[in-house]
Amino acid sequence: MEKFTVLSAVAAFIKEANIDTDKIIPARFLKTTTCTGLGKHVFDVMRYTVDGHEKPDFILNREPWRKARILITYENLGCGSSREHAVWALLDFGIRCVIAPSFADIFFNNCFKSGVLPIALSRDICETLMRDAESGTALTVDLVKQVVIRPNGEEISFDVDAFRRHLLLDGIDDIGQTLQYESKIIDYENRQRQEKPWMPSIYIN
Amino acid sequence: MNPRTLFDKIWDDHVVEVLPNGTALLYIDRHYLHEVTSPQAFEKLRLAGRKLRHPENTLAVVDHDVPTSDRDLPIEDPECRHQIDMLERNVREFEVPYFPLLSVDQGIVHVIGPEQGASLPGMTIVCGDSHTSTHGAMGALAFGIGTSEVEHVMATQTILQRRPKNMRITIEGVPSFYVSAKDIILAVIGHIGTAGGTGHVIEFAGSTIRGFDMAGRMTVCNMAIEAGARAGLVAPDEITFDYIKGRRFAPKGKDFDEAVGYWRTLATDEGARFDKEVMIRVEDIGPTLTWGTSPETALPITGRVPDPADETDETLRARLRHMLDYMGLKAGQPIAGTPIDVVFIGSCTNSRIEDLRAAAQVMRGRKVADGVRAMVVPGSGHVKQQAEEEGLDRVFTESGFEWREAGCSMCLGMNPDKLGAKQRCASTSNRNFEGRQGPLGRTHLVSPAMAAAAAVRGCLTDVRELA
Repeated sequence: MEKFTVLSAVAAFIKEANIDTDKIIPARFLKTTTCTGLGKHVFDVMRYTVDGHEKPDFILNREPWRKARILITYENLGCGSSREHAVWALLDFGIRCVIAPSFADIFFNNCFKSGVLPIALSRDICETLMRDAESGTALTVDLVKQVVIRPNGEEISFDVDAFRRHLLLDGIDDIGQTLQYESKIIDYENRQRQEKPWMPSIYIN
Repeated sequence: MNPRTLFDKIWDDHVVEVLPNGTALLYIDRHYLHEVTSPQAFEKLRLAGRKLRHPENTLAVVDHDVPTSDRDLPIEDPECRHQIDMLERNVREFEVPYFPLLSVDQGIVHVIGPEQGASLPGMTIVCGDSHTSTHGAMGALAFGIGTSEVEHVMATQTILQRRPKNMRITIEGVPSFYVSAKDIILAVIGHIGTAGGTGHVIEFAGSTIRGFDMAGRMTVCNMAIEAGARAGLVAPDEITFDYIKGRRFAPKGKDFDEAVGYWRTLATDEGARFDKEVMIRVEDIGPTLTWGTSPETALPITGRVPDPADETDETLRARLRHMLDYMGLKAGQPIAGTPIDVVFIGSCTNSRIEDLRAAAQVMRGRKVADGVRAMVVPGSGHVKQQAEEEGLDRVFTESGFEWREAGCSMCLGMNPDKLGAKQRCASTSNRNFEGRQGPLGRTHLVSPAMAAAAAVRGCLTDVRELA
């Protein structure tokens, strides 16, 4: 996983709430068995006409937002299907940070796992940042200081779970972290065997 | 000890360790895998030289993009074939129990888990699919996870989770004629909204839920995710225990009795605190469907499509206009009578034998209207077999329905079962998002009986008129 420290980039914005993961990456693109290459299909229906041409009005088809690395939307971003492909598609397009007033739970978790930073800020602040983004000037997201820096220099602080921040800053996957607790897992399994001997395993001949 | 909720008890019973930041390392009892969200997890596991910690607590099946037409024919789509081949290679290499495509055990992962007795009360259950909430009907804490978390569970049999909050939705009363679990959960989502349960686990309680069979409870918990909840739960009771008894992987004999003894302790204690409570009278709910492109756009079949002009908030007004336009509907029009092109009966929401019986009861002696394509996709090979033993397949085929093989099918439009642009579908599935069932397709979420009624009349119809 690539480290996330300070990101200065153009921000794209979509003024919609409840953007679901089907919209971010439709199911017909889920037949891949790798995590890469989905960027060309991100927001497929909004981005392309039925015959596959770019819709010139859609923000990710316009300069300078084609190179956006930050995405700002309204509430409940990433609702619906648990597909992590939604995050992989955003990441493959180049998005490393998503900002919205609120996120759906699974999408929020998935973001951290692939090195995308989700930031929850109030609707008012999101609208302010959208206005900034409209000019095409870069926003800065500083995870070290936990601030978003507007083009005018104003710093807006945000909350992030300390553990997840640490994983992102160092680019560590969390399996290695968890395996440090392996003796506790073994203890748990021994206890469970005693307390719930009926717990069935699955064997198929 | 303080009174605890059903959720609290299952959670507390599975915490391996609380990390310094308050995140819990939660033990996972059952992990389901399917072909779409597992390949990247297996690949990363292989690259890291790791193994599955407990393959015997894992079960894999193909369901998401498998064809539901004749299974004797080779699979035409090379990408689909590749995903199936990949899963088969992975389950062999990592020694994971697996139901192959041609097995009668194959089916939608959320149908086969309970059906096989692999999902049990008090368990923690995960799968790389948001509708894992379905298994909550067993009284298990079951939720969908992303592929990185799939890999984490494979390697460690645990998951890192923040403790969600407790929410209870109490539904009281006896549902009126032709009001099913599906109508009720659609009405509930219409009431609390698609983010109404975000950050919470919802326990469904009350006399209506207690009166439901397991299929009805699964339909309700299945759609808890459409209300934004992490999971849905129903306390296990005699109906649950009767359902489990004798199933393939369920505990047997003395083990079963001991398990039931434990399962009886799980129900929410008197006086336990919920962070959020909602009370609903079921008498207020009639046959319900959605009109728009979010599950919260629920409407009684006797209702009218909303008029954006009545909405004061500008963003909401724009959203309503957009939905009306996408769905090809006019502001204020009655929803009943809207012509449809396709009827889809299936999905992890409504593809169990009880659902097929409800639809067949409406179809018996009737025909699918001219110009309507209607299909039934059973939830599993066993559901299909059971339906054929009961003669339901003939009821469907004689009325003009296609009778297909088990899989997710048109619920998510990954396999060839898709809507064409602007085709309108009465669907027993769970999501009506733009393009979900095919690019520019238009989905109305309905119960199995309402889907059948729409097939008969060729338009969205109040099923009570056919009674």
